[in-house]
Amino acid sequence: MALEHIDDSEVDIVIAALQSDLTSFLNAWRPLFSRFHLIIVQDPDLKGELKIPQGFDHRVYTKSDIDQVIGPTTSIVFSGYSCRYFGYLVSRKKYIISVDDDCLPAKDNDGNLTNAVSQHLANLTTPATPFFFNTLYDPFREGADFVRGYPFSLRSGVDCALSCGLWLNLADYDAPTQALKPEHRNLHYVDAVMTVPAGTLMPISGINIAFNRALVGPALFPGLKLTGEGKLRWETIEDIWCGMCVKVICDHLSIGVKTGLPYVFRSDKGNPIESLKKEWEGVKKMEEIIPFFQSVRLPRTVTTAEDCLLEMAKSVKDRLGGTDPLFARAAEAMVEWVKIWKAAGASHSTLGV
Amino acid sequence: MAAAATTTRPAVPLLKDELDIVIPTIRNLDFLEQWRPFFQAYHLIIVQDGDPSKTIKVPEGFDYELYNRNDINRILGPKASCISFKDSACRCFGYMVSKKKYVYTIDDDCFVAKDPSGKEINALEQHIRNLLSPSTPFFFNTLYDPYRDGADFVRGYPFSLREGVPTAVSHGLWLNIPDYDAPTQLVKPLERNTRFVDAIMTIPKGTLFPMCGMNLGFNRELIGPAMYFGLMGDGQPIGRYDDMWAGWCSKVICDHLGLGVKTGLPYIWHSKASNPFVNLKKEYKGIYWQEELIPFFQSATLPKECTTVQKCYIELAKQVKAKLGKVDEYFIKLADAMVTWIEAWDELNPPPGGKSTELPNGAAATK
Repeated sequence: MALEHIDDSEVDIVIAALQSDLTSFLNAWRPLFSRFHLIIVQDPDLKGELKIPQGFDHRVYTKSDIDQVIGPTTSIVFSGYSCRYFGYLVSRKKYIISVDDDCLPAKDNDGNLTNAVSQHLANLTTPATPFFFNTLYDPFREGADFVRGYPFSLRSGVDCALSCGLWLNLADYDAPTQALKPEHRNLHYVDAVMTVPAGTLMPISGINIAFNRALVGPALFPGLKLTGEGKLRWETIEDIWCGMCVKVICDHLSIGVKTGLPYVFRSDKGNPIESLKKEWEGVKKMEEIIPFFQSVRLPRTVTTAEDCLLEMAKSVKDRLGGTDPLFARAAEAMVEWVKIWKAAGASHSTLGV
Repeated sequence: MAAAATTTRPAVPLLKDELDIVIPTIRNLDFLEQWRPFFQAYHLIIVQDGDPSKTIKVPEGFDYELYNRNDINRILGPKASCISFKDSACRCFGYMVSKKKYVYTIDDDCFVAKDPSGKEINALEQHIRNLLSPSTPFFFNTLYDPYRDGADFVRGYPFSLREGVPTAVSHGLWLNIPDYDAPTQLVKPLERNTRFVDAIMTIPKGTLFPMCGMNLGFNRELIGPAMYFGLMGDGQPIGRYDDMWAGWCSKVICDHLGLGVKTGLPYIWHSKASNPFVNLKKEYKGIYWQEELIPFFQSATLPKECTTVQKCYIELAKQVKAKLGKVDEYFIKLADAMVTWIEAWDELNPPPGGKSTELPNGAAATK
């Protein structure tokens, strides 16, 4: 819908490769991905070469690229799903779309294949409305509008920085939830996009996400790595941690976060009961950080995503660092990340995308 | 092993002795015929607006009480001044006289909608589901209402927040004629809402929304006194902001008391498009007054001592008078009416064990 006024050259699709053979994944996405440039980042823990089918304009980044660009770092770990952040770093495009490599295009309620790419881009290029809830959801969608009682001064909305998509089949549940309902699959296709109100926290999943890199790029970072976490989403919360920071930053900068469409079809993978042992740490950590995120405020003078992230890092260190070394490390990683981001930005010509 | 919860739905209690259906009308109640399979088990409270000498015929077989303007004046005496005349805002009189725990209110131009599979939607049953399951205002769940069949809390949702809070309000939506304001209606007279969004969600704490009174359920015990629909219609400078006003007041109070407000399903079919030029005249002042109202409600705080809905509402009325009185003297009148409303509510709804007021009923079903 919005692709008419976005150039394909403004978009990068970033894929974290946690499996070597991307053939069936990329072939399934071919009709939607083939017009864009792909940044494929190989999980540094994954040995061997990736198998990528013909016909994609792409570049693969491996462990050695990461080491070369990042240099020695003690606080940031790019393993597993976190390797995608390297892709965000080296991209020079305005919009980034990222999906997990176990996700496929989804079908809507009429059985038609949906275009997750164009939906994400439509979300990002129409305003968000975080200051007042519209009961008909995204008023900028075809066939919808602001309802009676919606203040006129708020109808132009704000820039949308993040588009958080959803998942059919295997929903993004934590391990305890999925373990209790092992056969449960998400069959509900909810035909809506909406802005998550300012001041409201939410779990931002990294499985199916898109963002305006120019607006919030550095605020998506690899920060929180649980001990013993593995290669399954329900063993990690790095995206949840990062997502909470991004939401606070977006609220501070008065830019929007949308949620809802598009859906992707998430393939069955893993055994939640096995993962339960690793997951409990994440679940416990979430409880500790909620009061922090609900109350953290950034100074008015801070107006860029980088500076917001540095302020967040300070607050994390001051208020959470003492309770758990995990958070102290996360704060260090955030500061390190901003340094790397700025350095990568300054030397982008040498990277040759 | 059978597929998960989606195949068998637990039975929803009918609540037929705990729920009243409040319907304002000035024309007729023909629409009730279509709702008969869903509404007949319930007690109706009809609030007849306009000319009290007109007889509104209620279709056979419904158990109801009906109040016209004469009844309202008789029952409330001088306090009747807080109840609007020649505006559907008068419906809140029905909330006041109800003796039930739950209220469902619906407009007389709203009909049974169909879901995408063609099945008729039992809107009342869905509202009951919404009201009987918790809300989650403190953290947004990206898969919407986690208590619904086939949904749950997503990864990252704090476990300590998964019990939720009691639901005070269930705000339903409308297919066909959307609830647009007059300017939007004028620009898009042909737009119809055809999108069936299969979701219910909690409106987060601290977030305001436009509450439409066309298809609305609420827990009267939890939030009833905050559902005053203001001074609209005859003799008033504004109309079509009655439900909006109640929505902003009740949301601030729900946020303060830790209660939830849901929006989304169920849909009803809204059949009548009101005249946009008439609407524009009614809404005109509201459109620019709103710009003052919204910052007021967004920043309104209630002191800790306000632990009941009535106390919250009286405090809000004070703040309306103090801060909005300068926008227009209408708000001074409105603030006074808000206090009158609470006084009338408390008179008609004394606490259990207290002095009970014998209420002369409105016209009963046998007439």
